[in-house]
Amino acid sequence: MLIDLGEEYKRMGLPNNYWQLSDVNRDYRVCDSYPADLYVPRSATAHIIVGSSKFRSRRRFPALSYYYRENHASICRSSQPLSGFSARCLEDEQMLQAIRKANPGSDFIYVVDTRPKLNAMANRAAGKGYENEDNYSNIKFQFIGIENIHVMRNSLQKMLEVCELKSPSMSDFLWGLENSGWLRHIKAILDAGIFIAKAVSEEGASVLVHCSDGWDRTAQVCSVASLLLDPHYRTLKGFMVLIEKDWISFGHKFNHRYGNLDGDPKEISPVIDQFIECVWQLMEQFPCAFEFNERFLIHIQNHIYSCQFGNFLCNSQKERQELKIQERTHSSWAHLWKNRAEYLNPLFRADHSQTRGALRLPTAPCSFTHKFWSGMYNRFEKGLQPRQSVTDYLMAVKEESQQLEEELAALGERLEKIQKVQLNRTEVKSNKQSEPSKHSGFSTSDNSTANTPQDYSGNVKSFPSRSPSQGDEDSALILTQDNLKSSDPDLSANSDQESGVEDLSCRSPSGGEHAPSEDSSKDRDSDEAVFLTA
Amino acid sequence: MEFSELIRTGQAQAELLRGPEAPPLRGTLCVTGHHLLLSPGPQATPDLWLLLLRSVDSIEKRVAGDCGTITLRCKDLRVLQLDIEGVEATLNIARSIEALSSLESVITSFPFFYRPKGLRLGDAWHFHPPERYYKRVARETNAWRLSEANEDFSLCPSYPRAVIVPRAVNDDALALTARFRQGGRFPVLSYHHAPSRTVLLRSSQPLIGPQKRRCAEDEALLRAVLAGSRPGARGFIVDTRSAQTAKQARMTGGGTEAKAAYPGWKRLHRPLERGRPLQESFVHLVEACGDLEQSMDHWLSRLAGCRWLAHVKEALSTACLAAQGMEREGACILVHGAEGTDSTLVVTSLAQLILDPSSRTMAGFQELVEREWIQAGHPFQLRCAHSAFSHARPKHEAPTFLLFLDCVWQLGRQFPLSLEFGEGMLLALFDHAYASPFGTFLCNSEQERCLCEVRTRTHSLWSGLNQLKEQRKLRNPLYVPNPLALWPSVEPQSLRLWQGLFLRWTRPPEPSEAAWEKVWQIVTDQEKTEGSQPTVSASELQL
Repeated sequence: MLIDLGEEYKRMGLPNNYWQLSDVNRDYRVCDSYPADLYVPRSATAHIIVGSSKFRSRRRFPALSYYYRENHASICRSSQPLSGFSARCLEDEQMLQAIRKANPGSDFIYVVDTRPKLNAMANRAAGKGYENEDNYSNIKFQFIGIENIHVMRNSLQKMLEVCELKSPSMSDFLWGLENSGWLRHIKAILDAGIFIAKAVSEEGASVLVHCSDGWDRTAQVCSVASLLLDPHYRTLKGFMVLIEKDWISFGHKFNHRYGNLDGDPKEISPVIDQFIECVWQLMEQFPCAFEFNERFLIHIQNHIYSCQFGNFLCNSQKERQELKIQERTHSSWAHLWKNRAEYLNPLFRADHSQTRGALRLPTAPCSFTHKFWSGMYNRFEKGLQPRQSVTDYLMAVKEESQQLEEELAALGERLEKIQKVQLNRTEVKSNKQSEPSKHSGFSTSDNSTANTPQDYSGNVKSFPSRSPSQGDEDSALILTQDNLKSSDPDLSANSDQESGVEDLSCRSPSGGEHAPSEDSSKDRDSDEAVFLTA
Repeated sequence: MEFSELIRTGQAQAELLRGPEAPPLRGTLCVTGHHLLLSPGPQATPDLWLLLLRSVDSIEKRVAGDCGTITLRCKDLRVLQLDIEGVEATLNIARSIEALSSLESVITSFPFFYRPKGLRLGDAWHFHPPERYYKRVARETNAWRLSEANEDFSLCPSYPRAVIVPRAVNDDALALTARFRQGGRFPVLSYHHAPSRTVLLRSSQPLIGPQKRRCAEDEALLRAVLAGSRPGARGFIVDTRSAQTAKQARMTGGGTEAKAAYPGWKRLHRPLERGRPLQESFVHLVEACGDLEQSMDHWLSRLAGCRWLAHVKEALSTACLAAQGMEREGACILVHGAEGTDSTLVVTSLAQLILDPSSRTMAGFQELVEREWIQAGHPFQLRCAHSAFSHARPKHEAPTFLLFLDCVWQLGRQFPLSLEFGEGMLLALFDHAYASPFGTFLCNSEQERCLCEVRTRTHSLWSGLNQLKEQRKLRNPLYVPNPLALWPSVEPQSLRLWQGLFLRWTRPPEPSEAAWEKVWQIVTDQEKTEGSQPTVSASELQL
């Protein structure tokens, strides 16, 4: 099996003196949205766990998400406590104490509530809420205001509207982007992840993270923090493991959030999309730190919505088991792994001082490092993307040098053989066939610039730069027909030659090319054809 | 005048802070005629820190107790802080820097004293004369000639001695045309696009005035342009002002070509920002980039509010329009605004970069900057007197050249394999345009450079940049010659803030440096293996 979470916990260094595998949730008896196998502090007895689970929303008790073996600090996750205005639970308090004791290096733990304070307080009226610092020994409580799924859904909607504006002005675009709030939300998630990663690596303190139910914001924040801390999660395979661990196994509701089935539209929200974008933002800041490239992220995002594979189906492990998903469907991980050559980042430097260990973030994370991700949100409009891919070019160069090296080695061997033969003075029929050398050059670069000018006239009325035929731009979110056809979502992997052609069909309606003279009516199509074939 | 009169304190003990990412430096601070030196103790590893005083844009001093602090904001957007022992010393050093960094005289500036090892005076000054470009044009067409009518700069003080004009127009006609154009900038050839047999011209506005003057020679010149181009070619006049501004210019003696007077030519108005609004946009952007504490929303609205990216978009799309007119429409293009020394040059130089593969090489790009900016009379000394930090009231400052560099960077981002030079080259040009030990960007025109004997008494930037040791910084290792035109996307989704310039000193440099190293390593690895192969094959053949 490609992804094995048991192996993953072993890799973290578990079980050890402080943490053990618990069977308390066998057959999903305690919490039906949690996985069956969970790591908890050794000192947390089944009694404490069950008691604590009764004091938490959906019985999602505190469990281990990531263990940082360098200093024994850990990241744990749960849902909100049912504290209301004054309720207490001894077992829950003991549970948090057990987590603190599992880290001998620190005498306190952070409890991070990822909701805005106002939302958390409102929850108290419904008998939920957040931990009271006075009731728990040695916790430092902290709010990190990440908005809820409804705000995020609307924000994405607003941003996509901005992306779809027809030839917006620069300020229309930037104001629209700001009004959508999208990048602010992305920054909030990243900041939360950075806060936790720093608490763990720099302060050596364990962190308990929760939001309301602990399956959306908590998953985002835990996985961002783990990614910052552990270079393994920045590899191709490690990233799959991370999603499997923090999202799939811990009951992120894929069916509800991504509308896999006809359901409540209010449950839909781009939660994992935001996580994926956070990773992209980090990739932009640290070009050498990730083994995979942008295309990998886009293809994962695509498969989360495509329902082509089974691993992103259902809302919990329990549901998956009941439906026998594992036996009856294929996993997209295997598919992605098979095509991994496509997803490699040629700039990856595993051994570089900046990328080993925890990522070194600037002391003041500033706003302007966050960018609009046009590779994702305008991915079907090739005309807006860079026309040449550095990644593809460098991969081709690397492949070529590897080929050459192999040839070199083969020739060296032959040379040696021939020399031996000559020494023995034996008659040899020399094999005159020379190695067929197959360097076709770097195909990615040769044809990469066949692009046509867009409409630069700026006269929107008479020269629309996008034809109305490109109406289904919602497809950034929803599965497109193209993707249904083949199992290989050919999103950004297209050669640029094709993009040039596509530009013609979808972005440059005939007549849209000429300079806006008052009376020019020459048909441009013929010229373009000539230009393209040239 | 002696520099020593301006230097009030020879030296002082100081600590230098160079932003959040670099370690502080302690040592003896010293002001010389052209430099600020910090010499750390004898055991320190970096032996000397040096700052060209010319690159100081603004200076701020504060004293507290018996220490003082000087904040230097540099033209390359760096912010430096000096903590100096002694109040007197602080004030004296600050005053010395103030006086020395704003010297007006060109011939006492550092380039006239700079004598680097390994470079010969006079080298590379004759790399890119108009004569050389004319040779290329002459191979492609016979319709143009090199005129030396401006030999003594009497026709046009901001043009070089030799310009390329239609063969059918004689020098006497040129003299009359020059009188009809502001500053004498009559239409001259900027670029000949051989595949479509069309040309790109630039000039200044015609002096139509309120009386609607006409000039037969000017009209004849533009007629001759069309006649010399491919049969039936039309012309477009790209006016970089709005129609209204162009019309209003008549009140002050300027204006724009009347349709009836220039048959075959059509006018297009593409308003581009210039002058003070452009400078303010630059100042606001740099301000926003320096504010590290702001929230995400605040940042985006400031980015929108400063309008810099909007100016990039306008400039790039106007250049694309001009290029498209030539390549796709087969039309000749004349570009002008008012004076024809700013936005006009942005458009003509970018259009060439889009259309002409040879201008995308290292040498070709240098030639383009030399021909379309320096020799075309962009007033560098006036425009780049101050950068974004100066408190002085802007007079003639405008980051026109920076706007061009930003557009080139956007082009390079969208076509990362098609430019032979990298971001390092663009950064170097920006730095040197504002303050440089080389003479290339001195003065406002060829005439002034001749008067100051810049060519014989200073070193050329090109000879400095073309040294072998600079190449790794300036070249794009991914370059693959690309014979096609580069049509960039000018949609806002495709344009980005040039972080490498605007955030150069605030973001940690290591991640991008690591990436750059890796790119070079991959490319040189490949070259090495490729290089080693033939030797084996050859020895095999011998056997």
